Amino acid sequence: MSLATREAFNGFRRSPVLSVLSIMTIAFSLYAFGLFGLVALNIRAALAQVEDRVEIRAFVADGTTAEATSTAAGDIGAFPEVQSVTFVTSEEALERARKDLGEFSDVFEAGILPASLDVQLKPGFRDPATVKAVADRLKTYDFADDVRYGEEWVQKLYRIRNIATLAGIVLGLAFAGVAVIIIGSTIRMAVLARAREIAIMRLVGATDGFIRSPFLIDGAVKGTLGGVLALALTWVSFSLITRFVITAQFFDVRLVIAGVAAGAVLGFIGSALSVSRHLRNV
Amino acid sequence: MIRFTRVTKEFPRTGVALREVSFHVARGEFVFLTGPSGAGKSTILKLCYLDARPDAGEVRVAGTSSVAIRGNDVPKLRRKLGVIFQNFRLLEDRTVEANIGFALEVTGAPADSIAPKVARLLTQVGLASKATAFPSELSGGEQQRVAIARALANDPVLVIADEPTGNLDERATRGVFQLLRDINAAGTTIVMATHDLDLVKRANCRTLELNHGSLVFDSGAAMLAGAPLAEGST
Repeated sequence: MSLATREAFNGFRRSPVLSVLSIMTIAFSLYAFGLFGLVALNIRAALAQVEDRVEIRAFVADGTTAEATSTAAGDIGAFPEVQSVTFVTSEEALERARKDLGEFSDVFEAGILPASLDVQLKPGFRDPATVKAVADRLKTYDFADDVRYGEEWVQKLYRIRNIATLAGIVLGLAFAGVAVIIIGSTIRMAVLARAREIAIMRLVGATDGFIRSPFLIDGAVKGTLGGVLALALTWVSFSLITRFVITAQFFDVRLVIAGVAAGAVLGFIGSALSVSRHLRNV
Repeated sequence: MIRFTRVTKEFPRTGVALREVSFHVARGEFVFLTGPSGAGKSTILKLCYLDARPDAGEVRVAGTSSVAIRGNDVPKLRRKLGVIFQNFRLLEDRTVEANIGFALEVTGAPADSIAPKVARLLTQVGLASKATAFPSELSGGEQQRVAIARALANDPVLVIADEPTGNLDERATRGVFQLLRDINAAGTTIVMATHDLDLVKRANCRTLELNHGSLVFDSGAAMLAGAPLAEGST
């Protein structure tokens, strides 16, 4: 084992209380970040589900031949924004309306609802401007009697989405900033606790790079352990919320790995900043 | 080995610590630095191991100039020097042998060379039986011997000692001083700051006396205290 690695682990052995406190501090700041991430993730997932329902319905005019409708459907299906086009017959429309309206299902009679082409857009093309543009193009077709897509609803959805994204970025950066500051301060304590050792290392001719390396390993290890602990806390919170409050979605494996890696990176950066500051000042 | 040329050093809080000090220490000399507290003794020593840089003038130590040296080269210079202090500066949570081995490890000595070297150094300072003791289990004199062994770990050409006997009783002082004389006899240059005028008188070594940041006496140049110095030096 290299001296730097040994020294890093000796740091844990020599001041276990400080080390545990450091790990806990890192864990709790990442836990706060994790909870926020979980909320952001679920809001995003909920919005994505709603977004999936954005569709344009082009009602087929009476007297339009099946062939003309089919040609138009193929034509529309080739639009770059369009994910799928579904032909809904008058009967299917009635069936759907009955299902949606439950106890009022008997108010409709056969033939009252027109057939339609239901156009679903690809993700990324569901913003109000694109939806409107596609709807306008559909209106130019002869078969289209009327084209509807819930303009106000789409606009509201996008406003909420934009606010959620902006709030996510701002709060996320704030949480990350706080985490970096807390982790940096925590590691600074570890650096100060070993100031004597650092002074002796410098005195006997150790290079700054050499002095720094055990602290960088120390920071990365504490960051990783803090990240794992934060993950466990987030998981427990998630389980409780899912069980007692609302069914939610947890981070996928990639995000879990990224979260723990972020702990390691934050620990590493916090250490690097603290040690460099200390070395500059002594 | 050491050459100070019109060196001035000022600290922001305490003001001028050294004023146009010039002197030369040849290889193999044993030189005392004396003077009252605040005279500039420790500043001279710090300048020698480049823990501080002169504001004006030049310090040359072991072939390295304070003017030309780059920050990355300071560790290289320090590997040629051994530094000891009044308060020993040992790592309390490590054994005697670990304290000495530490100096070798952090300067990249081959792992298999460390144990035999530490054993040799401990024998040299008379502490072969205390290898596994912790500093707190040793007397002040013994702790200073450990610090000396650590200072010798990288085979320095110059040992810088800042009041090494300041915390020791008379017997321990004699022992530590004799050890430094032996090291000097083996060819290592030694500069030692001290308040102990009895020790200085008994030792009959060259003495540089400082007062208020100026060099006021250099027994090597047979000058008297208070005599005018042509360039504040030598």
